[in-house]
Amino acid sequence: MIIGKAKPIKDVLAMIENHSKIIIAGCRGCVTVCSAGGEKEVEILSAALSLAREKNGKPIEIKEVTLERQCDSEYLETIRSFVEEYEAIVSIACGAGVQFMAEKFRRIPMYPGIDTNFIGVTEAQGVWTERCQACGDCKLHLTGGICPITRCAKSLLNGPCGGSSKGKCEVNPELDCGWQLIYDRLKELGKLDQLEIIIPINDWSTSRDGGPRKIIREDLTL
Amino acid sequence: MRLSYPTNIKIIQVPCTGKVDVLYLLKAFQRGADGVYVAGCMEGDCHFLTGNLRARKRVEYAKKILDEVGIGGERLEMYNMSAADGPRFVEVAKEMTEKIKKLGPNPIKLCAGAASEENTQKKTDGVA
Repeated sequence: MIIGKAKPIKDVLAMIENHSKIIIAGCRGCVTVCSAGGEKEVEILSAALSLAREKNGKPIEIKEVTLERQCDSEYLETIRSFVEEYEAIVSIACGAGVQFMAEKFRRIPMYPGIDTNFIGVTEAQGVWTERCQACGDCKLHLTGGICPITRCAKSLLNGPCGGSSKGKCEVNPELDCGWQLIYDRLKELGKLDQLEIIIPINDWSTSRDGGPRKIIREDLTL
Repeated sequence: MRLSYPTNIKIIQVPCTGKVDVLYLLKAFQRGADGVYVAGCMEGDCHFLTGNLRARKRVEYAKKILDEVGIGGERLEMYNMSAADGPRFVEVAKEMTEKIKKLGPNPIKLCAGAASEENTQKKTDGVA
């Protein structure tokens, strides 16, 4: 899922400084699961902003909504009937949600209430770690199900590098060396010979190099 | 043991402090409480094992938010005490009340400004 983290409240307060009637919009997708932008976080942010504004003698009216998803038009449409009664929207969905909402409701300013960090997993309750960089050319079949692009700080395809020490990465001693993980996993699987296959120079054109990406499924388009 | 504790304290019962949510704490301040404290069982004595430990973490998180919004995290505290220790309950109640009296009323009430004096007065007593 997409992992996000709440922005400092002072940053959000600065964004909405000149507004007195806003919507805080959460999303029931990924950001609900990573406790950054769901219904509960909407309520917490709303309470925090209200307290700050009342304390400063500039009370604010806040409407709290949480959409099924902010990355699909049909759910955004569910709030269209009242959106324009407000001066601004603080969206605590991921960056995609914030942008899609800004696209759909063009007449009012849209502010992000969270930072979108990465595609990752819930490693333990309250702990999320990155697993995928959406490079667009999955190589997990070659590397024991461990992504060298994401898990290796240098995104090496034929690692490890000389900075791997006792299973840790030179970038950060708490970080596992991605290639050590790959080696260990392939060893467990009895497939160490796979390491002898040289993975060719990466074609980054499927990644971010060509600008924002697009997928069209002709069988699904209307 | 007919002990008395400050009358301005409003007790909100929960089955375990593990039920206390960050939102409950923030909403208490939104509704005008001058201070809030969570009274949990002694650490290690939670009937549900970790309810009071979770509550402490949530209190810490809410304190951070209160600091960020200018209400002041010091208005919120977590205490651990045994349900069988009445004198300690009274001691904490007095300690917290004194502390909050020194800090003064919830800043949102002071800033209400135009709000009627009478209305403000009513809320000033609320230490939840």
